[in-house]
Amino acid sequence: MTAIDLRAAQRPNAPTTTYRYDDYDAAFVRERVAEFREQVRRRLSGALTEEEFRPFRLMNGLYLQLHAYMLRVAIPYGTLTARQMRRLADIADKWDKGYGHFTTRQNLQYNWPKLVDTPDILEALADVEMHAIQTSGNCIRNVTADHFAGVAPDEIEDPRPTAEFLRQWSSLHPEFSFLPRKFKIAVTGAEHDRAAILVHDIGLRIVRNAEGEIGYQVVVGGGLGRSPFVGKVVGDFVPRHYLLAFLEAILRVYNRFGRRDNKYKARIKILVHEKGIDEIRAAVEAEFAAMDRSVFAHDPDEFERIAAYFAPPPYETLPPTSDVLRAAKLDAPAFANFVDVNVSAHKIPGYAIVTVSLKPIGGVPGDATSDQMRVLADASERFGFGELRVSHEQNIILPHVKQDDLFALWRLLDAAGLATANAGLVSDIISCPGMDYCSLATARSIPIAQAISKRFSDMSRQRRIGKLGIKISGCINACGHHHVGAIGILGLEKKGQESYQITLGGDPTFSASIGEILGPGVTAEQTPDVIEHLVDFYLAERVEGETFIDTWRRIGHARFKDVLRREGEDGADI
Amino acid sequence: MAQFKHPQILIASNLTDGEVVFLGPSGWERDHRRARVAQNAEEAAALEASGKRDISANRVVDVYLADVEIGGDGAPTPMHYRERMRVKGPSVRLDLGKQAAASGGAP
Repeated sequence: MTAIDLRAAQRPNAPTTTYRYDDYDAAFVRERVAEFREQVRRRLSGALTEEEFRPFRLMNGLYLQLHAYMLRVAIPYGTLTARQMRRLADIADKWDKGYGHFTTRQNLQYNWPKLVDTPDILEALADVEMHAIQTSGNCIRNVTADHFAGVAPDEIEDPRPTAEFLRQWSSLHPEFSFLPRKFKIAVTGAEHDRAAILVHDIGLRIVRNAEGEIGYQVVVGGGLGRSPFVGKVVGDFVPRHYLLAFLEAILRVYNRFGRRDNKYKARIKILVHEKGIDEIRAAVEAEFAAMDRSVFAHDPDEFERIAAYFAPPPYETLPPTSDVLRAAKLDAPAFANFVDVNVSAHKIPGYAIVTVSLKPIGGVPGDATSDQMRVLADASERFGFGELRVSHEQNIILPHVKQDDLFALWRLLDAAGLATANAGLVSDIISCPGMDYCSLATARSIPIAQAISKRFSDMSRQRRIGKLGIKISGCINACGHHHVGAIGILGLEKKGQESYQITLGGDPTFSASIGEILGPGVTAEQTPDVIEHLVDFYLAERVEGETFIDTWRRIGHARFKDVLRREGEDGADI
Repeated sequence: MAQFKHPQILIASNLTDGEVVFLGPSGWERDHRRARVAQNAEEAAALEASGKRDISANRVVDVYLADVEIGGDGAPTPMHYRERMRVKGPSVRLDLGKQAAASGGAP
């Protein structure tokens, strides 16, 4: 019997495909909760000032926002079990206001926790092998990954063992707990980038060399925020046994040369931009050559131990297509649309990957009620080996659904308001919380997403438009990834009013690009009109098979600017 | 000291639960309409001094003055949309925040 089988035997209904804490992990997280409980006690007693306490609460994911505290819970590489999802729902009911917000970092945020309750919340998370460590602060944050990891047909290797390996390496790393700024790592093992690795501080792409060996293409210096950059390749093929040492070398170079004098220039992307990738590469290679690499020597047994946790679930042997599915699609057009839009091909015959949209028409992107979380947990257990994923697009993925079960799953989701068939379409909008919650925001973003979603509420029109990523941020920090939206929207303040700057041509994939500004900012009321004009122009200009960004790249930014200028002259006041 | 242009109130977050509070005549209030209004720079400085004392006393955090206008009922309303949001709650969840209690909605 393998270790995986043992886990399942110990815990009925436990999924067989996710990492499980060992005794060390469990003790480490419990100790951290106890430590934070004591820090909160000392803060409330006055033994710690806010200035002294603030770094401690941030290291445990607790922010102070516009209306209340906010707790950001880490969901490593976006993978959740049904049990964990239920616990998130229970926490939302017991200590928050009955809902949570899934973020572009594959995490979950509670918007209303009380400081006094936070240690109990962290204790409840620890019960299900979760925590909020390193979801804030100038450290290596939650490592993100392709949300189709392990099931995508275009995958060379499942990125989750690498992501978990990096999580363990980076958790409370003494040298990297006080970096110049925060540091984000993303991993993909597929031919198509669903993890936006080129806009992370470090992006890892699992590749195979000419000899067939697995290694990593290492990209550094990508990022969004005030100064967006697409990352550059610093290592074309880093063998697995050198990965930790190579990343350690990058972090050391950043730690030594990163700008600590100006927080707006402190990210590694600025260092890469100012020095140039050749100088950075030389510095990394020099550090790599000089360092004692034995400390970071690859332990294949440890990697295999971790990888074993992500072994495939016990799939059935099935035909590649399902007669049950075909018949159900004919009987129920709404279901057929759901399958066409929200269901993706799976690497195992007879199975499918289901994207559950958290973007109902007019809803708050990424929000799920506690009841919906429980439905998702139930659905994953009934139809998907008890496993769920959070995508950076703020949706939930059920990665292992039999095609035969899709109709029953759809009915369950539909009854819970979770069957919106818009994955990847114009209403599947990424949006940060914006000024409705966030203390850093300069404008609201959620109401803009809602207004655009309602404007395109006709689902057949959405399907005609096709894949189109709209991404909205409520400030220049770009949590809503607006720079890499085919249409990006940035909320700013202009003369005491909310103003929205629109960009076109952003792309978060391997063909990454940063969007270009369309023109002067527009008001909240004008924004849906502008978006609709842009979409209509694209529909008029596209040739068969083109997505919005394809057309934009072919005909150029100026044509899109011109059409809006003409609309303004015609009295549309845009 | 910043130039005094408009009447001001003192806004903070309650330490234990993070809720937005306003310095009133006899302590921190959860309803901005009960806030003490500074009509000149000296009164604003007095509000700030009270706020600093209560930071030291571990009652509140994140304390600052906000410009307000006075309505017909004599109650202050923040002039900037950010603080107008803070006295109500999320504009996308009218059932939450202070606005919910004001309308008898969910707590």
